[in-house]
Amino acid sequence: MLKHPLSSAMNAMKEWKKMSRSFFARCALVLAFLCYFLVNAPEKSSAMHIMEGYLPFGWALFWWLLFLPFFLFGLRAIQRLVRSNPEAKLMLGLAGAFAFVLSALKIPSVTGSSSHPTGTGLGAVLFGPQVMTVLGSLVLVFQALLLAHGGLSTLGANAFSMAVVGPFVAFSVYRLATRLGGGAKLAVFLAAALADLTTYLITSLQLALAFPAEVGGVAASFAKFGGIFALTQVPLAISEGLLTVLVWNWLITYNRAELETITMLRRGA
Amino acid sequence: MKKNNMMLNLGLLMGVVMLAVVPLLIVNDSEFGGSDGLAEEAVGELAPDYKPWMEPLFEPPGTETESLLFAVQAALGAGVIGYAIGLYRGRAAAKREQTDEHPV
Repeated sequence: MLKHPLSSAMNAMKEWKKMSRSFFARCALVLAFLCYFLVNAPEKSSAMHIMEGYLPFGWALFWWLLFLPFFLFGLRAIQRLVRSNPEAKLMLGLAGAFAFVLSALKIPSVTGSSSHPTGTGLGAVLFGPQVMTVLGSLVLVFQALLLAHGGLSTLGANAFSMAVVGPFVAFSVYRLATRLGGGAKLAVFLAAALADLTTYLITSLQLALAFPAEVGGVAASFAKFGGIFALTQVPLAISEGLLTVLVWNWLITYNRAELETITMLRRGA
Repeated sequence: MKKNNMMLNLGLLMGVVMLAVVPLLIVNDSEFGGSDGLAEEAVGELAPDYKPWMEPLFEPPGTETESLLFAVQAALGAGVIGYAIGLYRGRAAAKREQTDEHPV
């Protein structure tokens, strides 16, 4: 009678070993999935990205130069993370996948037009903003190259709003909210929603700077573009907050240990 | 998963669905086009002489292909998330079972 539970435990151990050996196979699978649906992102799903050629050359260059250092820091942050905690790769894939799914959700809004969330808040809260700069930029690169959505010339500007400012806002809001004594769930909600909204405000600002109105200048343009982008985005930002809390709940329930390890590493870095 | 957590998750999903459905009900005369199209028009109004100086290198043909790609993107993204969460859940269950069989 004693033998049976023991041998089943041995089997479980064997399974466990096999699983960790196939860890790289799993990573490869996740990567393959990532690439596949990166390639298959839709043409005009998103309403946020500034279209190819729609920023004057000077501004396009300006945003590119502003964005590049953040990208390089992001690459280093990912390298550090993966080296110190190889298990985190799967959760990294999850954060990337979340951003891709959310950029595929074209949701109707109260203004009568549609837009989509950004999905960068989750990864920023999990891994810190720099890591999300890289993942967010990857979404934009593939959409620009293969789907005529956004563009290469405007990539610097789009990446700066979605992959730099958004994640940094998410991260700061999360930290501030938890320090002020808000619960983790409320903090995650606020972080994701505000990151989403800020991204679109920056897009509006970028367009306003490049195309100031004849009467009223940049401020009037900003009001115009803000009315198009940011207003549409308000209910979507709330949706993004809710969906981010949903995934956060799952992670807390099923993988609290790894969540805590990653958060600790991030604090150390 | 604890029951109240499940209820919370259901509530979150309901909230997202509501936020998408309510605009459809209260805004009647609209096709809900992308807001980037509107931005394109706004640029045309603010700077009528502005010509985009670069064209996309590649564009997918037609809206049918686009909607296919759109569905595929959403499905695969959700697949990756489901895969990861499922794996975490299985691991957690396996660990629980192990400690149940060999209480320390």
